[in-house]
Amino acid sequence: MNAIIFLRCFKGIVLREALRFIHQKERFFSALVRPLVWLGIFAAGFRSVLGVSIIPPYETYITYEVYIAPGLIAMIQLFNGMQSSLSMVYDREMGSMKTMLVSPIPRWFLLISKLLAGVFVSILQVYAFLIIASFWNIIPPITGYITILPALMLSGLMLGALGMFLSSAIKQLENFAGVMNFVIFPMFFASSALYPLWKIEETSEWLYYVCFYNPFTYAVETIRFSLYSQINIEYSIGIIIFTVVFLFLSIMGYDPARGSLQRKGKG
Amino acid sequence: MEALDIKNVTHRFGDFVALNQVDIKINPGDFTVLLGLNGAGKTTLYSLITRLYNNRSGSIKIYGYDVRDQSSDALKNIGVVFQQPTLDLDLNVEENLYYHSSLHGISKIEAKKRIKREIGRIELEDKLRFKVRSLSGGQRRRVEIARSLLHNPKLLLLDEPTVGLDIGSRQLILKHVKKLCREKKLAVLWATHLIDEIDKGERVVIIHNGKILKSGEVGEIVKNTRTKNIRDAFNKLVKIKL
Repeated sequence: MNAIIFLRCFKGIVLREALRFIHQKERFFSALVRPLVWLGIFAAGFRSVLGVSIIPPYETYITYEVYIAPGLIAMIQLFNGMQSSLSMVYDREMGSMKTMLVSPIPRWFLLISKLLAGVFVSILQVYAFLIIASFWNIIPPITGYITILPALMLSGLMLGALGMFLSSAIKQLENFAGVMNFVIFPMFFASSALYPLWKIEETSEWLYYVCFYNPFTYAVETIRFSLYSQINIEYSIGIIIFTVVFLFLSIMGYDPARGSLQRKGKG
Repeated sequence: MEALDIKNVTHRFGDFVALNQVDIKINPGDFTVLLGLNGAGKTTLYSLITRLYNNRSGSIKIYGYDVRDQSSDALKNIGVVFQQPTLDLDLNVEENLYYHSSLHGISKIEAKKRIKREIGRIELEDKLRFKVRSLSGGQRRRVEIARSLLHNPKLLLLDEPTVGLDIGSRQLILKHVKKLCREKKLAVLWATHLIDEIDKGERVVIIHNGKILKSGEVGEIVKNTRTKNIRDAFNKLVKIKL
């Protein structure tokens, strides 16, 4: 099997995701409404309550809206990752996932292609968000719009892989909603998305460690630094490790020999 | 060489034995009916043949390729129509067919030719740009059959493809697949619980509670069970084991 066959397969999977995205315009808008509500309402209310001191990568005092923008970008990717894994559970229950899994192309490649296709969609949503966010005066350096791209790829891949792993471990669509409550909300709130880690440490040490080891914090901080054309080595290494671990787990989850698919059979 | 060679396959889900020492052989050009009630183990068997699950015992070979150890070569030769509809409802027919072609690494130019050929065969050329959602159940099934043939497989697996369809659509699909079997020398394994889909002279494998009860030509099974027809033979065999 040569590289061209892999490339055609990859293109096909990305194209399908892009077509689904085009056909479901409401999905695009609803993905944007969520962070904009946080930005327009939550941040407006909290800007006077929470003062943010000068912390890297910022070189001056910033408004609360500026602080939470990277967290909201990561939120878009978190929801996108979970939504595409939700669609995988749906596809698996409805059968269309099988079409992909019976392809002669190695399963790990199919799964990574599907993940990357989802990441591609989430990146479009992030750029749309950044354009709208500029009306709130959230304007990073112009280079930030380019340097954020690899960070978005990585964080999208990590969060997508986490979602994929969860989708492989969940038996039914109904269970997925419950798991989401135990994944999305704790991940988002126990992270540096809404408040800096040093502020959390002042309040509660154990919560600080929860936030510090939360993979979502690594996504938020990698995005935050890259948006200002900087690299934080610690967070970058962390996100790479989390990505590799989640990818490994999700590929194992869909492996016919080891995975949980075996337990779902009937008939 | 057999198109499909299943030897001594047993499969469990926990303590539940879904398949018990299953042996099936299908030659190229054979139309074989896998007949069993709901829950007999047909879908589990299809999942093993298509490597959705790994077989933990015995062996499954497609044209000599072991599904577990040479999965890529084995899967290249299989076309599948699953029991549940697997088309993307939000995409049109052509987009669905291109997607399938890409999953087999077929180039766009080649895919275009093959889509034209297969969609012509099922006489749905005028529906190519229609969203799948707007098609009837029978039309969707025909599209799924066309899709399963795009990569020129030599073994076609159909898992209860006529369930939920009206009599007209059922007959149309059955006739179409039998014609494909004759013309393309395709080996076909057609799983069903509908006895009226079996014609005289066809090969039948009767499965019940995960076990193969009988296999052979209709006349042979009728004779061996000392019954009048395949319906009575099936009832007799299944009742004996109930």
